[in-house]
Amino acid sequence: MKTELTSPAFIAALVIGGAIVFAAPLFLETYDLFNFTVFAIMAMLAISLNFVWGIGGILSLGQALFFGLGGYAYAITAINLGSGWGLLAAIAVPCLFALIVGYVAFYGRISDVYFGVVSLTISLILYNFVNSTSDAFYTIGAARLGGYNGIPSVPPIQAPWAAQPLGFEAMYMLCALTALVFYLGVRLFVRAPFGRVIVAVRENDLRAELLGYDPRYHRLVVFAIGAAMSGLAGAFFAAWGAFIGPETFSVSFAAQAIIWVLFGGLGTLIGPVVGALSVSWFTTWLGEVRLLDPNIALGLLFIISVLLVPNGMVPALRRVLERLRIVKQRADT
Amino acid sequence: MDIIALSGINIVYAVASLFLLAAGLSIIFGMMGVINLAHGEFLMLGGFAFVLSVNAGIDFWISMFIVAPLVVMFIGMVMERLIVRHLYGRTVETILATWGVSLFLIGVTSVTLGYQQLGVSAPLGSVEIGDYRIGGYTFFIIGLAFAVLAFLYAILRWSSFGLKARGTMQSASTAATLGVNVGYVYSATFGLGAAISGLAGAAFAPIAGVTPVSGLTYIGKAFITVIAGGPLPLIGTSTASLLLGFINAAVTAISTPVLGEIALLAAAILLLRLLPAGITRRFFRGGL
Amino acid sequence: MIVETSDLWRTFGGVAAVAGVNFRLEPGELRCLIGSNGAGKSTFFKLLTGQLRPSKGHISILGRQTTTSQPFEISRLGVGIKTQVPNLFEGLSVRENLHLAARRTHAGKAARLAAEAMLEDIELADRAGVPVRELSHGQRQWVELGMVLVSEPKLVLLDEPAAGMTQAEVERTAMLLQRMRKDRAFIIVEHDMHFVRNIAERVTVFHRGRILVEDTMEAVTSNAEVRNAYLGQKFGKDHD
Repeated sequence: MKTELTSPAFIAALVIGGAIVFAAPLFLETYDLFNFTVFAIMAMLAISLNFVWGIGGILSLGQALFFGLGGYAYAITAINLGSGWGLLAAIAVPCLFALIVGYVAFYGRISDVYFGVVSLTISLILYNFVNSTSDAFYTIGAARLGGYNGIPSVPPIQAPWAAQPLGFEAMYMLCALTALVFYLGVRLFVRAPFGRVIVAVRENDLRAELLGYDPRYHRLVVFAIGAAMSGLAGAFFAAWGAFIGPETFSVSFAAQAIIWVLFGGLGTLIGPVVGALSVSWFTTWLGEVRLLDPNIALGLLFIISVLLVPNGMVPALRRVLERLRIVKQRADT
Repeated sequence: MDIIALSGINIVYAVASLFLLAAGLSIIFGMMGVINLAHGEFLMLGGFAFVLSVNAGIDFWISMFIVAPLVVMFIGMVMERLIVRHLYGRTVETILATWGVSLFLIGVTSVTLGYQQLGVSAPLGSVEIGDYRIGGYTFFIIGLAFAVLAFLYAILRWSSFGLKARGTMQSASTAATLGVNVGYVYSATFGLGAAISGLAGAAFAPIAGVTPVSGLTYIGKAFITVIAGGPLPLIGTSTASLLLGFINAAVTAISTPVLGEIALLAAAILLLRLLPAGITRRFFRGGL
Repeated sequence: MIVETSDLWRTFGGVAAVAGVNFRLEPGELRCLIGSNGAGKSTFFKLLTGQLRPSKGHISILGRQTTTSQPFEISRLGVGIKTQVPNLFEGLSVRENLHLAARRTHAGKAARLAAEAMLEDIELADRAGVPVRELSHGQRQWVELGMVLVSEPKLVLLDEPAAGMTQAEVERTAMLLQRMRKDRAFIIVEHDMHFVRNIAERVTVFHRGRILVEDTMEAVTSNAEVRNAYLGQKFGKDHD
């Protein structure tokens, strides 16, 4: 832990990441900054999915549902009690839900693949459930769930000491810095003793268990932390657009998160961030030029990622750069 | 009295529809260990093939029993050849690739056929039970489920294809040394599962209509049924349908369909807590 | 008593793989379990480690009832376990594998030191940074042996530690075990008679789910009943 905190790679990541986060507002128009904020939020979701799936080895196909839960928890709580409590709820509710689901699944020793399909099914059913809540009966305090219309006028985030809620630029800073903290946090986590055990459980859970580590407990902890991270991202998303809707529970949103991680490089640290930024940018661009239905594009990207770049773009690029370097060295000598 | 008969029919109908929705998925999962996330789109394509064929003037029953299964079977076999074949034994990659196919098919149908719901009205009139009326089509679905079960049982138990498929399911390498063309068996099994899904999709089209995202409304139930049932495609799916269909219908009757679905999921998760590999891994060995 | 089982049964779909085994292991004893394929020794081993649950009967290990314990709970009693197939963290280095094992019982720096010492003991110090998936089969077995022993277990359970090794590797494994024997109790399931003769003091012969004989290696080799149980397996030669 100590060694990782002072390692050159970590310090470099901290400095470069911080520079990008702080420099962006100097070069970007307000509209672009607005878009960058959502990219940062998507990067948070990608990092949390990678944490659960790539680092923890838990096939959480429906990870995006925690994003949705966080968004809804924030919206409902913030409307009733203010944004501070909203953020707390956005972390606590998904975390609690993950603890329940994870307890049943991991302590029941449900197989990896079954878990993936079950988590996706939970997402599907939450989607149907939220869509069916347009009746006024589904009102919590001052917040109406609103069914397929979602919840409009979600309050923005406001610091308890401030007179005004966060503006565009402050919101960007909050999201981008949190994404950076997530990234650095996961980086520290995998090098820390507990993180090494998590990796061990992923690599071979029987061996880990025979050494006396309880894989069920370790999986549960990772799953709950990941859910809390996704939930916070969902809250930022709801606050950013002043809106949260059932699409966050949809299969296609769940698929997007999976593609980001897969495309960027599952289990690598920076890959999911690269994947989230490039694919979100790509789909936004597709929406603007109306060249190709986004589902077709995402589907093809998905298939191509699995069949042709199974380790993701970042490792593939690294390999290409490595080869170029060798070729250049040969040329030099 | 009438209300009891009516509830009874509703429960049987719920069980039958769960079985129909899951049968194609369970064949592919049980025989090949592949979880096909594009299953919902197979159902959707079956629905579209059926509706478009009826609208083109082809007979209702021919469209349902021949056109829809053949179209989806063809699509399934192409998908097996192009994508799934390269990923055998890599379960997670297969799930992800079929998910990509699912999105792709949703995209293609929405571009070519639009988002409008297409439909055909259900034939067979209705039956009166006391003060209540039940569509005759309800009984058709129940009968169809039994027919599909019998058909699949017969084909897997008695045909030479069934023998090869069961052998391959037990051990692909042993089957191959005995001269079974394993690639052909996989392709045919995938095609069979796809054809059954196409038929099921067609059968539900008159009730629910078809849109490019129709698959998503079915697929949750299908997944739950197959996973709760475990790896034996017929026994597993039919016992799971029986149990979960009953729970679904009972909860739906006293609340809403969405709560019925949630109860279905909760029941399945509890079941998996007790039997982590599904019903059939625990109670049945061998068999279908 | 280090290990004690009473009337232990395990059935699979009506077939009894372990059928009423009463087994006792004294402190400091090294016992080899032998028997033909399907004799029930591997099932018995998995019952001891908690990977399988008995259908009937009781197990106590190091004075605790472990009949329904999970593998990690048994491990935490101070039991080192090596399964039949090499079970390693393939992507992690030799050092990391050992370190993870040492950390269960040693705190902080002590764990690192124990791992380094074990690297020397298994003679793989020069390959410490290599991911274990790149090692040879024999080396991987030694890494796992090191992982089992680095946590200073009171009881060691090994399932076929010499499986798939060359003659030279088998001998080196036997030496390694003798060197790290100390006063620990061992249960070793093994096929390789050469290996067994090298290390065993007392031997338990399994046959059809039951204990056939329990005696010294010499007595067992000359036992007619055992020869019959091994029918056609060329018992007495070095490799079966």
